[in-house]
Amino acid sequence: MSGRAVALLAAALLAVSAAPAGAATPKVEQNVIEAEVMCPVCGTLLELAESPQALRQKAFVARLIADGRSKEEIKDALVAEYGEEVLALPSGDGFSLSAYLVPIVAFVLAVVALAFGVRRWRRDGSDGPTGPAPAGPSDAESKRLDADLSRYDL
Amino acid sequence: MSTRSVIAVLAVVAVVGLLTFGLLSKGSSGVEVGEVAPVAALPHLEGGGSKSLADYRGQWVLVNFWASWCTPCKDEAPALERFQQRHGSEQFTVLGIDSNDLSGDGIEFVDSYGLSYPQLRDGDGEYAEEDFGTTGVPENYLVDPRGRVRLAVRGPVDEEYLREAVAPLLPDGSS
Repeated sequence: MSGRAVALLAAALLAVSAAPAGAATPKVEQNVIEAEVMCPVCGTLLELAESPQALRQKAFVARLIADGRSKEEIKDALVAEYGEEVLALPSGDGFSLSAYLVPIVAFVLAVVALAFGVRRWRRDGSDGPTGPAPAGPSDAESKRLDADLSRYDL
Repeated sequence: MSTRSVIAVLAVVAVVGLLTFGLLSKGSSGVEVGEVAPVAALPHLEGGGSKSLADYRGQWVLVNFWASWCTPCKDEAPALERFQQRHGSEQFTVLGIDSNDLSGDGIEFVDSYGLSYPQLRDGDGEYAEEDFGTTGVPENYLVDPRGRVRLAVRGPVDEEYLREAVAPLLPDGSS
C-alpha cells in the first residue's frame, strides 16, 4: 500500500470516528422532558397538551435535544422562557421547598395524632364500662311484659 | 374554655382562613374601565433593559397582549401597525406585550409583520394573567396619560374599532 493510500485510509477512518462527536448526540428523549414540564397556557403537562402554544414549546424542546442539550439545560432554557411555573415539579429550594416539606410535616402530624387517638381508645377500652351496672326490670315492669307477651301466640 | 376546645377552634379558623385565601387569590377578575392599570417592569422583547407602563405616564398607550402562536393576534397585528403609523407620537403609542411565548418566536413575529411599536416580554404570562386578569390573547387596553384604563377589549381589535372607539379619545382626534 502506497503512502498516499495509507494517508487516505487514515483520513477516512478519522472522518468516520469524528462524525458522531461533531453531530450533537441526543442526551435525553423528548417524552422524558414533556412528562416533567408544564404547558403554561393549558395548565397541564406538556405531554398532554396539543394547543398551538404547546406545539411551539414541543418544537423548542426538540430543537434543544437536537443540539445535544442535557435535561437540566433544557429545563433551564424553558424556565428562562416561561418562568419557574413551567416546571411540573417545584425546585427544592426557597419557597418551593415547602411543596415537599408541608406534606411530610402533615403526614407526621397525622401519624402522631392517630397514635395518641389509638392509645387513648385502648386505655378507655381496658378500663371497662364505668358507672353503676344497669338494673333489671322492676316487678311491675316484669308483670306488664309477661302480660303483653301472653297476648301473642309465639 | 378547655385547651382542647381552643385548639379545635384554632384549627377550624385556620382551615376557613386558608379556604378564603384560596378563593380570594383565585378569583381575581380582570382590570375594569376606570381602574388604574397595573404596572410592572418587563424586559424588552429584543435587546436588554426593561420598561414599565409607568414609564408611559403622560402618554396614551394601547396595551396589546399577544403571542406568536395566536391566530387572532396575527389578524390584528397589521391593523395595530397601521394605527401606530397614523397616530404614534409623543402623546400616543401602541405597546405590545408578548405573553406566554418563546422569545425567538416573538421576535420572528415582530419582524414578519414589521411592527414598529415598542415590545415588552411577559414570558410567564404573570403580568397579563395575574395583574391585568387576562383570560387569553389577544387582549387590548387603552390607558390614558394618568394611567387609568379607558377601554378594555378582551379579544382582537380591528381597523373599524381602532378608528371609531380609540382614535376619538386621542389628542389628535380622528385624524
